[in-house]
Amino acid sequence: MCLAIPHVITEILDDGAAVAVAGRVRAEIRTDLIDSPTPGDTVLVHAGFAIEKLAPEESAELMNLWEEIRRLSGGEA
Amino acid sequence: MDRVTAASQALKRLVDSPVSVMEVCGTHTVSIFRSGIRSLLPPELGLVSGPGCPVCVTDQGEIDCALSLLDRGAVVAAYGDMFRVPGESGSLASKRERGFDARVVTSAFDLLAMAEGDPVKEVVFLAVGFETTAPATAALLIEASRRGIRNLSVLSFHKRTPPALASLSADPGLRISGFLLPGHVSVILGHAPFSFLASDRGIPSVIAGFDPEQIVSGLVDIALQLHSGEAALHSVYGRAVRPEGNRRALELMDRVFESRDSCWRGLGPLAKSGLALRAEFSGFDAEKRFELKPEQGRTPPGCRCGDVLTGRITPHECPLFGSACTPASPTGPCMVSAEGTCGAYFKFSRRGGGPR
Repeated sequence: MCLAIPHVITEILDDGAAVAVAGRVRAEIRTDLIDSPTPGDTVLVHAGFAIEKLAPEESAELMNLWEEIRRLSGGEA
Repeated sequence: MDRVTAASQALKRLVDSPVSVMEVCGTHTVSIFRSGIRSLLPPELGLVSGPGCPVCVTDQGEIDCALSLLDRGAVVAAYGDMFRVPGESGSLASKRERGFDARVVTSAFDLLAMAEGDPVKEVVFLAVGFETTAPATAALLIEASRRGIRNLSVLSFHKRTPPALASLSADPGLRISGFLLPGHVSVILGHAPFSFLASDRGIPSVIAGFDPEQIVSGLVDIALQLHSGEAALHSVYGRAVRPEGNRRALELMDRVFESRDSCWRGLGPLAKSGLALRAEFSGFDAEKRFELKPEQGRTPPGCRCGDVLTGRITPHECPLFGSACTPASPTGPCMVSAEGTCGAYFKFSRRGGGPR
């Protein structure tokens, strides 16, 4: 039930609503839970509500972890 | 070498004695099956599914409250996952087949049009789910209050994740070595409500998202912590989870809800693990409006959902699994939801004896 699908906001509607797309699926979503929704934002949508904006990049901590994983795996990747 | 393969090799190097990691969230359980991650793990690393399926932990007594409101002529609306969960006298789906007015919603805001469109009927929202879902119910009630809607009320059976993890992590029979924490609950709550798992209980805990790379990187993080002997709360889901959580969502929840004791299927009553409506919103409280009090439900004979939800047994160890209890005819709630542990095992590992 805690599934949340990334959508891209395409249009801001009145009263805290917005239009967002995920692939070919278009949905009207609520934006009550995020700050200043803007067309182009990628948001996680759960049960009809955007619950957070997704940052474009992975965190530095995660990049460091993948570096460590490569070292541990002896990988050349 | 791709990232998942690299992580798999790193895990094989790091894990040399038996460890048991609980993936708390049902969405993790499904992703782990779907991606075949189990086949890439070292044999010493066991994955245990936790109580993170809201459908599954909703107590039968809570379902019975919703069914009783149908009997009293109310419209009862719920997320689709709830429709087949069996109560004492059937399910929302079976009552609907018998002509009662049970309706599926995909967003809490669907309730506004439903209540305004049928002003002479009592419309009740069966509100379940963890902290991911509760902010939407809060937003609904604030909007319904603003519009002065009178015929809408909510059965608030939302549950809070941290008290359940406090209970599981203190259970000496479980011996959980690490927690893979629910990414979308953490989007709302942030890091702090889970930090006790590492700081007080000494259990490495990692917030992770739901794709295979997220899951295996979280497992490596846990394995590295176990290897070093130091437990901390980490997050590999920084793209979505802020350490402080979602401030707007937390404010909405705090305005509408206060914590209360709540009964979890499988875990029993847990102090302050539920969310009740604050006095300011008591006019929308269906328990008050209809004088209901959920009583702890009776477990169907033979059903071991409680042991499955706490990771004590795998679904294969339940005598009803796949025979008396199937997705087409579920005995217990873990089989009802696609994200329930039994539902996921039935779909992905019914044959071949299943995973360890």
